Amino acid sequence: MSTAIELRGLRREYGERAALDRVDLGLAPGESLLVLGPNGAGKTTLLRILATLLRPSGGEVRVLGASLPGEAWKVRGRIGLLGHEALLYRDLSGRENLRFHARLHGIGREAAEVRIAELLAAVGMTQRGDDRVAELSAGMQQRVAICRCVLHEPELLLLDEPDSNLDAEGRDLARALIGPADGRTRVLVTHDPERALDDVDRALVLGRNGRIVRACRAAELDPDEARSAIAGAAR
Amino acid sequence: MTSSRLAFAAILGKDLRVELRTLQSLPAMALFAVTTFVIFRFGLDRTNLSGDLAAGVLWVTLLFAAILGINRLFVAERGEGGFDAIRLAPIDRTALFAAKATALLVYMVVLELIVVPVFALFFLDSAAALAPLALVLVLADLGLAATGTLISSMAVNSRARDLLAPLVLLPLAVPLSIAATGAIEPLLALGGPGYHRFGSWLAVLGLYDLIFLLVGYAVFEFLLED
Repeated sequence: MSTAIELRGLRREYGERAALDRVDLGLAPGESLLVLGPNGAGKTTLLRILATLLRPSGGEVRVLGASLPGEAWKVRGRIGLLGHEALLYRDLSGRENLRFHARLHGIGREAAEVRIAELLAAVGMTQRGDDRVAELSAGMQQRVAICRCVLHEPELLLLDEPDSNLDAEGRDLARALIGPADGRTRVLVTHDPERALDDVDRALVLGRNGRIVRACRAAELDPDEARSAIAGAAR
Repeated sequence: MTSSRLAFAAILGKDLRVELRTLQSLPAMALFAVTTFVIFRFGLDRTNLSGDLAAGVLWVTLLFAAILGINRLFVAERGEGGFDAIRLAPIDRTALFAAKATALLVYMVVLELIVVPVFALFFLDSAAALAPLALVLVLADLGLAATGTLISSMAVNSRARDLLAPLVLLPLAVPLSIAATGAIEPLLALGGPGYHRFGSWLAVLGLYDLIFLLVGYAVFEFLLED
């Protein structure tokens, strides 16, 4: 497998409006990509297409060697998505939610318990792991959501504003699980390029028309340029 | 890919655990049914019902109570992102259909265990018909669970889902209602249970169940597409 993600002329329309238009991209296994852009530039749409949750309107999409949407079944379970929603049931505890997801991903009971305990400890949630999600703060819910995202050890991480609601300690703990150190392929969407640019290999700026405004190595884009690119793309 | 059996057990177990913890569906369904029986009792000014009237009162009440549960069947999946979580997992999506239909079937059976004795207390002279009635109700519940799960999964993405589910479900449930009341009517006949055309109506119920279970199996994957 030469590329983890390959997009050619990707297009996605909502009615008559194009959320993504002629997006081309190649990302090698283990590489990290930062996606920047103003609100409505199609960043979340891009992540949902890569996660197999949304069908493209046109173009070619290959993720982890599978052509989407036709071969989506081949890559489900190899992708971890951390989106705007925590994807946690509010009336179950964090631990119960993680057990549920472990079973959906075919992880055996004993292995799941060990993995869940490790992950909850890693995000500082061991003490609150048995509390109902509805009783947790937004930051704590995000910590459990990060555990859910990596529970099944995915090869590809799709992260939409992963730091949202996290305090400084939470961000540091999360970085250990979903940061660049583990060598997974990552696509990261954030409005805060300052911290993210140090953690990624490549950057992609999308405009409000859903087209690529700039694609470059992350090192070629400093935070001020990134902000300018976002502001420019918004016009 | 995770086995369908494991995925089915995980989703069904989650749904039943959440219902036991929150009691959001069953108490409302039971309260609705009992209240409706009270209204029928005073509205009809009768302490005894038999034949087609008894069958109609019982089945219509159960059908409308079921709609309360059907409307809530996918609320957590929609509101808390459960659809996405399940679609991201390496499972056969029909496991979700099977688990939701089974959860609805369990709700209906528990509902009937509570409210059918109340119905008998209010309107029947003897409990002799309850055993064959249970067979009819289980078959009718299975059909209702299959159609209700299909309709609920379609309606959940609509803003008018509370209206859409009953509006689409009730016409689809007409054959089921005809067969269910047809089978129940002789059981609740004046003078004790009879079995005139009972087997035929059971066969119709079974056929309805089979058709909608197969339709659900065939189309449910497409209903989950964004």
